[in-house]
Amino acid sequence: MKFSIYRYNPEKDDKPYMQDYDVELQPGDRMLLDAILRIKALDDSLSLRKSCREGVCGSDGMNINGKNGLACITPLKDLEEPVVLRPLPGLPVIRDLIVDMSQFFKQYHSIKPYLINDNPPPQKERLQSPEAREELNGLYECVLCACCSTSCPSFWWNPDKFVGPAALLQAYRFIADTRDDATSERLDNLEDPYRLFRCHTIMNCADVCPKGLNPTEAIGKIKEQMVRRMV
Amino acid sequence: MTLTRQIFDTVIVGGGGSGLRAALQLAEAGHRVAVFSKVFPTRSHTVAAQGGIGASLGNMQEDHWLWHMYDTIKGSDYLGDQDAIEYMCRKAAEVVYELEHFGMPFDRNPDGTIYQRPFGGHSQNFGERPVQRACAAADRTGHAMLHTLYQRNVRARCQFFVEWMALDLIRDFEGAVVGIVALEMETGEVMAFQSKATILATGGAGRIFQSSTNAFINTGDGLGMAARAGIPLEDMEFWQFHPTGVAGAGVLITEGVRGEGGILLNANGERFMERYAPNMKDLASRDVVSRAMDQEIKEGRGVGPQRDHVLLKLDHLGADVINKRLPGIREIALKFAHVDPIREPIPVVPTCHYQMGGIPTNYYGQVVVPRGANPSEPVPGLYAIGECACVSVHGANRLGTNSLLDLLVFGKSAGDHVSEWLKTNPRHRDLPRNAAERSLERLARLDNATSGESVVEVAADMRRTVQQHAGVFRTGTLLDEGVERIREVAQRARNTAIRDKSRVFNTARIEALELENLAIVAEATLVSAQARTESRGAQAREDYKERDDKNWLKHSLWYLQGSRLDYKPVNLQPLTVESFEPKVRVY
Repeated sequence: MKFSIYRYNPEKDDKPYMQDYDVELQPGDRMLLDAILRIKALDDSLSLRKSCREGVCGSDGMNINGKNGLACITPLKDLEEPVVLRPLPGLPVIRDLIVDMSQFFKQYHSIKPYLINDNPPPQKERLQSPEAREELNGLYECVLCACCSTSCPSFWWNPDKFVGPAALLQAYRFIADTRDDATSERLDNLEDPYRLFRCHTIMNCADVCPKGLNPTEAIGKIKEQMVRRMV
Repeated sequence: MTLTRQIFDTVIVGGGGSGLRAALQLAEAGHRVAVFSKVFPTRSHTVAAQGGIGASLGNMQEDHWLWHMYDTIKGSDYLGDQDAIEYMCRKAAEVVYELEHFGMPFDRNPDGTIYQRPFGGHSQNFGERPVQRACAAADRTGHAMLHTLYQRNVRARCQFFVEWMALDLIRDFEGAVVGIVALEMETGEVMAFQSKATILATGGAGRIFQSSTNAFINTGDGLGMAARAGIPLEDMEFWQFHPTGVAGAGVLITEGVRGEGGILLNANGERFMERYAPNMKDLASRDVVSRAMDQEIKEGRGVGPQRDHVLLKLDHLGADVINKRLPGIREIALKFAHVDPIREPIPVVPTCHYQMGGIPTNYYGQVVVPRGANPSEPVPGLYAIGECACVSVHGANRLGTNSLLDLLVFGKSAGDHVSEWLKTNPRHRDLPRNAAERSLERLARLDNATSGESVVEVAADMRRTVQQHAGVFRTGTLLDEGVERIREVAQRARNTAIRDKSRVFNTARIEALELENLAIVAEATLVSAQARTESRGAQAREDYKERDDKNWLKHSLWYLQGSRLDYKPVNLQPLTVESFEPKVRVY
């Protein structure tokens, strides 16, 4: 199977280049990650992040034939050759397919991604109805792979000012949680020409999310809450 | 060579469930903590846990921690230490409620309490009938828990060293652990971190097997560090084979599927677990179910062209239950087995999943080693928690849901104990002058090696050897050969060569260092298994089919130095209740 892979090693290369590989697959190889590891066995300098190999840890996000996705759950049979692999767009490249995710995590941390409730907790669990808990479905499953934020033109232009789809999805995860008391503080934190409102509903985020989540919808709900508290 | 040095109160190696729980306990108590992780913390393998956290909340039916304790001891095939098991089961409700208060998105019952599902080996009233004890967030409990713990650590402003690999422990001339040497992956820089307390929380080493549910990062780094520093590894012969890994892919399918009512079928469409465990059936403990499956396959009742797996049927649960309670499983089955479980069964096979053994500790998380007449003397300044530790609460076989519980309970207890330790040990001990020597030698060897075997080849040989010689069923002949072969592999693992010599994010170097750790764990496994001439829990020997309490009701301790074995007694004395005497194990 033929691949064309983005290569860049800051110690050796003045600028990035694309390297072609033709690799023989084995019968058990089903996912893109299996093929990349065959290549890495022949060329140990090819660098990428990987861990769970089942789509729950979010390590191996990359740009696959022009679309962001997780290599470990991208079936090889769906890919056109040569398969073109590039690092996630818009973030500084450290080496090959490994990007510097600091900016992405900085935005995640900026939305206070933790439950805020200053009331003393009860002896047992806080009660929550099954319906209220269901509001968190489609939000809490995010694996922080950054496929969405790095497919968003607004995030490419303003990664320091626009929170981006992944972190906004998490902002809504806490707004939607009936146990969280900080909704108005959270809305204040996002009320800004850039932080939330740079989302122009291009919907690349929902299109690429490997977990089938929909950040655009969550962003819409945050905007709705902002409007509602103004009137 | 002088090394940059940084100073912390506590260094935690590993950012998974137990490491994060300990970090939180310490950071909230105001200590300077540094957490080292090879991956961003939410990528740690706790994220892949699916089914639930065991705690006798009694939200569904009457339940009691004593029943949980009994189930855990029976599940351990009486090799678990009963003081630690009592401690864990009594603390379970408290740590689960805390996790809920931290924001964990548990599923809920109509009355608003946490939803609990049945799980293998968990029963009401000392084995009478299955009980719903597994506190669940759909089938993504580990993901929800790991993210919640990370989030809470963000709130507590804990300091993380992300994408750093710890290489070795630093011990002073008195044997106290005074810090670690670690490598920053992005720059290739090596530094020493001086600490008053060091907590190993590096997870298991399930990657020693060819067929494994474990992530690539599960390479037993903490076990390698401990073993190189002269600390023994306990009960390494006991590896759990999870009954339901996706055939061919190894990806985990939670026992929660059977908890929700899924059943295992052989080629004849027979629910064979009724024959092996008439009472608990498909919810017998994992070692029992895995052996039954292997037996069915061996006797020709396997499914598929190679008759090499069985089927997990859950279509009778209905689309609603599957979509609500098991959505992740459906996703995995569609992606990795190409079946939709709403309509078709999932092909499954026993797959290596969990390491019951590890670095010996007590229930405060202190690492303990034999010294003189004391089989369990604490090593000053060193703690171990989670899968890399052997407390031992899982003994010869862990019950499902007890691993996430173990992370929470002992992460917290180690955090508390370190807080106390810091009060009585306010000063840092000096670093020995040769603190980083061992690590630097290992790195220099890799930098200078111009010829040698490839890491990928040696790693493949190691996994093949462990798989063939230390699988579900073992024999003396298999183990004798296995020990010989694994010693060869371990030697080869120390003589690999990498072509990539660059410093920046050199994953080839990381994988070579990981292989050294894996090879140590693999050797410990085979040597310990060879010596233990009995069948107990996950160790099933065809040449010694019975459990032998007279000779083998004891923990193995393997030392890297000389590949030597020692033993220590099982603690049959609980903290406050009567001892549970070993009995024949029937489900």
